Amino acid sequence: MRTTEFMKERQWLRGASRALPVVMGYIPIGFAFGVLAQKAGLSVWHTLAMSVFVFAGSSQLIAVGLIAAGTAPISIIITTFIVNLRHMLMAASVSPHLKGWRKRELAGFACELTDETFAIHSVSFANGTPSKGEVFTTNIVSQLSWVVGSWLGVTMGQLISDVRPYGLDYALAAMFIALLVMQISNWVQAAVAVAAGVLSLGFMFLGWDQWHVILATVIGATVGVVVEECSKKR
Amino acid sequence: MIYLTIAGMALVTFLPRVAPVWFLSSRSLPSVVAAWLRYVPPAVLAAMLLPSILAPEGTLNLQWDNLYLWAALPTLWVAWKTRSLFGAVLTGMALVALARLIWGL
Repeated sequence: MRTTEFMKERQWLRGASRALPVVMGYIPIGFAFGVLAQKAGLSVWHTLAMSVFVFAGSSQLIAVGLIAAGTAPISIIITTFIVNLRHMLMAASVSPHLKGWRKRELAGFACELTDETFAIHSVSFANGTPSKGEVFTTNIVSQLSWVVGSWLGVTMGQLISDVRPYGLDYALAAMFIALLVMQISNWVQAAVAVAAGVLSLGFMFLGWDQWHVILATVIGATVGVVVEECSKKR
Repeated sequence: MIYLTIAGMALVTFLPRVAPVWFLSSRSLPSVVAAWLRYVPPAVLAAMLLPSILAPEGTLNLQWDNLYLWAALPTLWVAWKTRSLFGAVLTGMALVALARLIWGL
């Protein structure tokens, strides 16, 4: 009895500590979102509702910009859909690790699947099977920090105007660098990463905004499979 | 009207996140599809990362004043050597903060 309780405590701790780099990025970015939301004329409750129910950083930042500009709701919703469509690829790629989960557990997991929680999970899934408790703790702590950051921004946006002197604007980029390094264990994966990164940059310069990540990912992963199959045959 | 917009945003964000896990997690996938999905994490991480460090302002910047790019190299090294996510994040943040303090970028 005692040992199982101890184990449970440990899985929460592990899940929470895994979310720590995400928290360091989400609080300042959530803060920035809150400040912009307040400037766009959103109330505290609007802002919190968006961070709780949408929970997708870049699309929320884009949405408050559009709301401020008086864009029609339907265009905002369509833009959000396109911006967040990349999560479909991420959800597909973690799904083989979620065998045996109940539908509502999967729904709970899915509504907190962001770029950042995905990046954390895809590394931990590759290194073994974390318990559901661990996975959910990482997600909940991450979203909580996003909501708290948004709340701080919308309520006291005037207090801190700039997080740049603390390097906080680099937390998520640094996290992606580290998680990418941890994803790569052979040369095909390295080639896939380089190809997808360069393609994404190229598509962005071509002006294919919002689609560049999805296109580059699809092509990159396909190149990976083709190279893998070819090297098997030889 | 704003709550309606938020509800719509929530719906169109949730559906693409939940559909794949609902439909794929209970199925055994053909090996080619499974292999393809295994390449998605490195591909999508790189596709999001590279534009953010090579073109943080939207245009390619390989100059010395692109802190995001130069801080990436030691961050990458620390991640590679220590395999510590937190150590790498702290390294990156500290370098960016320090460079701004020294050169006032």
